[in-house]
Amino acid sequence: MNEPVSMEDVVAGARLLAFGLRPKQIPSRDVDYADLVKRAVEDAVFRELTDAIAEGLGLTVLAISARTGMVLGPTEESVFEQKLDDYARRAMSGERRDLERVLHGVAHIAIGALAFPRPDDLANETYVGRVSVEQVDTVVREACLMLATRAAEAEETGDPLDDAPELERVWRVYSRRPEATLTKDGRLASSTTRGVVSKALKFLADQGFLVKMSDTDGGTYRTTPRYQVQVRELAAGRAFAELLALNVVTVTDPSGSLHVVPAADGRTSDV
Amino acid sequence: MIATWDEGLSRRLKALACTAPLHDLDARKVRLEWCDGNAYQMAEIALQAIDQVTIAMDFDRGADHDDVVKRLLPFVAAQAPHCDGGEHAQVARWVLDNLINVGSTDRGFRALYGTFGVTGEYERRVWDFRLLVELVSLDGDIYLRASDEAINVLVGALDTDVESAQIAAEVKLENLIKRGRLSDAQLAAQQARYRTVQYAETLRRKLEATRRDVRSVDWEGEVPDLIDDALTHIEDRYRYENAILTNITQTRDEAEDPARKRKAAELVGIVTDCIRRHTQLQARLQDAGRTFRFEQDRQQFSGHAQRAVVDLFGHLLVPTLELPVAKAIRPVAVFFSGAAGLMPPRLPRLTRLIEQLLQPPLDRNHLLDEVPEPELAPLPDPEVFTDEQWHQASELLELHEMPRRLSGLLADARLLDPDLPWLIALLALHAVSPEVGVTMRHGNDQVLLAVDDGTSLHDPEFGGSDLLVGVARLGAAESSGFTADDALRGEAVA
Repeated sequence: MNEPVSMEDVVAGARLLAFGLRPKQIPSRDVDYADLVKRAVEDAVFRELTDAIAEGLGLTVLAISARTGMVLGPTEESVFEQKLDDYARRAMSGERRDLERVLHGVAHIAIGALAFPRPDDLANETYVGRVSVEQVDTVVREACLMLATRAAEAEETGDPLDDAPELERVWRVYSRRPEATLTKDGRLASSTTRGVVSKALKFLADQGFLVKMSDTDGGTYRTTPRYQVQVRELAAGRAFAELLALNVVTVTDPSGSLHVVPAADGRTSDV
Repeated sequence: MIATWDEGLSRRLKALACTAPLHDLDARKVRLEWCDGNAYQMAEIALQAIDQVTIAMDFDRGADHDDVVKRLLPFVAAQAPHCDGGEHAQVARWVLDNLINVGSTDRGFRALYGTFGVTGEYERRVWDFRLLVELVSLDGDIYLRASDEAINVLVGALDTDVESAQIAAEVKLENLIKRGRLSDAQLAAQQARYRTVQYAETLRRKLEATRRDVRSVDWEGEVPDLIDDALTHIEDRYRYENAILTNITQTRDEAEDPARKRKAAELVGIVTDCIRRHTQLQARLQDAGRTFRFEQDRQQFSGHAQRAVVDLFGHLLVPTLELPVAKAIRPVAVFFSGAAGLMPPRLPRLTRLIEQLLQPPLDRNHLLDEVPEPELAPLPDPEVFTDEQWHQASELLELHEMPRRLSGLLADARLLDPDLPWLIALLALHAVSPEVGVTMRHGNDQVLLAVDDGTSLHDPEFGGSDLLVGVARLGAAESSGFTADDALRGEAVA
C-alpha cells in the first residue's frame, strides 16, 4: 500500500477513467481498455489510485469489471452531471415547465422499473431486461389507474385546486396527457407520453445503457450491464433517499411489487 | 352554514362542462375565414362526430380520423348543399380537431368548479376532461375513441350505472314498440347499442390489464362476476332483440306511410348491428378464461429473491406518481441524474468549426411537435382618446343647470386639449339619439341629450348644427306610461 505512486500509474488510471467517459466503449472491443480493467480488478493499489483521481474530478467509480467496463457516476454538482432541467428543456411556451420535468423524470424511473421488474432482476448480474415504448407507457398508465381507483375509494376530491396547480398529484398529470396524437405528417408528437418515453429510451441508448433491438411496440430495447449498475448503485438509492426524506416509506415484499399490483399493494403510506 | 357541499352539484357541473366545447364551436364558427360558418350547425356536427366514433368503437380499436370525416360528410353537406365538397370536408375536419382539441398539450378541456373545503371555505377546482381520445393500436396506427365523458353526455345517462341504464333502455324500447312510436324506439335502440359498447369496453380493459399482469385483476370474484353478468345480459338481449326484430319487421312490412316504413327499416338495421355486437362480445367472453389461464402460466414463472435491493416499481415509481407535482420534482431529478450517465463537457475544435457551421440542421424526424394553426380573433380597436381626455370631456359635459351650445363646449374643450373637441363633438352627436333604455337598465337616472334647433355651427374645425346639449333626468320613467320621448322633449325645451 505504501509503494510510491509512479507518474505512469496516474496516467494509466486517468486513461481508464477516460474510457469510462466514453459510454459505448467496452473492454471486449479494446485490448488497451481490457488490460487496464484487468489491472484495476487485480491490483488494489491501482484501483485505489483510480478511485482517488475519479473523486477529484467529481466522479464515483460504480463498478469495474470485464463485463461492464468502467462504470462512472457523477457526484452531486459535478461538471459531468446531467440535469433533468437541461434534458427536459424543450417545453413549448405556455406550458408548465415543472409538469414537463416531472413527466420526463417519471419516464426514466418507469424505464428502470420495467427493465428490472423484480428486485432480483436488478441484483442478478446476468439479467438482461427488455423494454419497449408501448410497455412502459401502458404500465405507468395502469399504475395511474390503480392510484385513481384508490383515490376514488378514499373519496378524495381529486381535482386540483385552481390556485395551487403544483399540488396536483403526478398520476393525474400523466393520465391526462394523451398517449399519442396524430400529427399532420404522421410523426410521434414529443409532448405525448409515448413521445416522452421514446425520447428517454433513445437517450439511454445514446448513453450506451440500452441497445435497440427492433421497432416493434414503438421501439424495443435491451439493457446493457452498465445500465443495471447505474440504476442499482446510484439512481435507485439516491431517489429512494429523497423519498425517505419526504417521509414516503413504502413496504413491499421481496418478490417485487410490479406483479402484486393493485389490491395487495395498498400499503403505501405517508408517515 | 352554507358549507353543505353537494357531490351531486359538482357532478352536474361537470356534466354541464362537457357540453361547453360544443357550444364553443358555434360561438367560434363566425370567425372562420375559409367558409361562412353561419351555414353550419357546428354543435350538431360535433354530436354526429361523437356518435360516429362511438359506433365505430369495438374491442380492438376505434375510428380512423379520415373515416370519421368521411362519415360526417353527408351530414355536413345536408346543412350547406350550396357549398362544395372541399369545404364540407374542411368543416368536418375542423369540428373533429376541435373535439380532440388539437393544439393543446393535453388535447383536452378544462373546467372550473367550486367545492367547499374542510373548513367551509369556497375552493375553486380544475376538472380536466376529454371528448375524443387518440390512442395507438397494436400495429402503431392512431385511432379515436370516445371518452367516458363523451359517451355519458351523448347518451344522456349521466351518473347512472351501466346495467341499470341498459335495463331501462330495454324496457323503454319494448314499450315504445308496443305503442308504435318508432322514432323514440330508434333512439332507445341506439342507446342500448352504446351500452353494449360500454360493456365491451370494460371487459377489454380488464383483459388488457390481465395480459400485462394477472394479479392486477381480480379473477377470483370481479371478473367471473363480470363475465357472468355479461353472458346473462347477452342472453337477455338476444331474447329482446329477436322479439323486437320480429315486431319491427312486421311493422316495416305492414306500414303504409313511407316515412314510417323507412324508420322501421333503419331500426331493423340497428337491431341487426346490436346482434352482431353481441356475438362479438360473446366470443370475447368465451375467450376470456383462456386468456387468463395462458397469462397465468406465462407470468407465474419466477425465481427466488437474490438480495434485497430497491424495488423500482413499488418503492420508487408508484410513490412518486402519488406525490404532488411540486414534491415529486426532486426525487425524479435525482433519479435522472443517477441513471442518465455522464455528460463529458464538449470542447469545440477549431478544425471542425467550419464543418459544424455548414452542417444542415438535424432533422429530429421522430419527435417534432405539430405547428398549431392559430385561430385569429380580431384585435379590439386601439383607444383613440386617453383616459385623461375622457375625464375632461365628462367634466365639461356635467351640465346640471342649463343646456349649452355645442360651439361653446368646443371652444372650452379646445383650450384644454387640441384633440378634445373631437371627443366632445362625437359625444354630442351620440347624444342626439341616446340609448335611453340601456341607460335605465344600468340604473342611471340621467342621460346626456342634444337637440338641433336649427342654429348652424360656426367653428374652425366642425360644421353642421349648433346643437343644444343638456342633461335629461330619467326619474319620471319609473311610471310605466311615461315614454323616453316625453322625457327628452320636456328637458330639451327646458
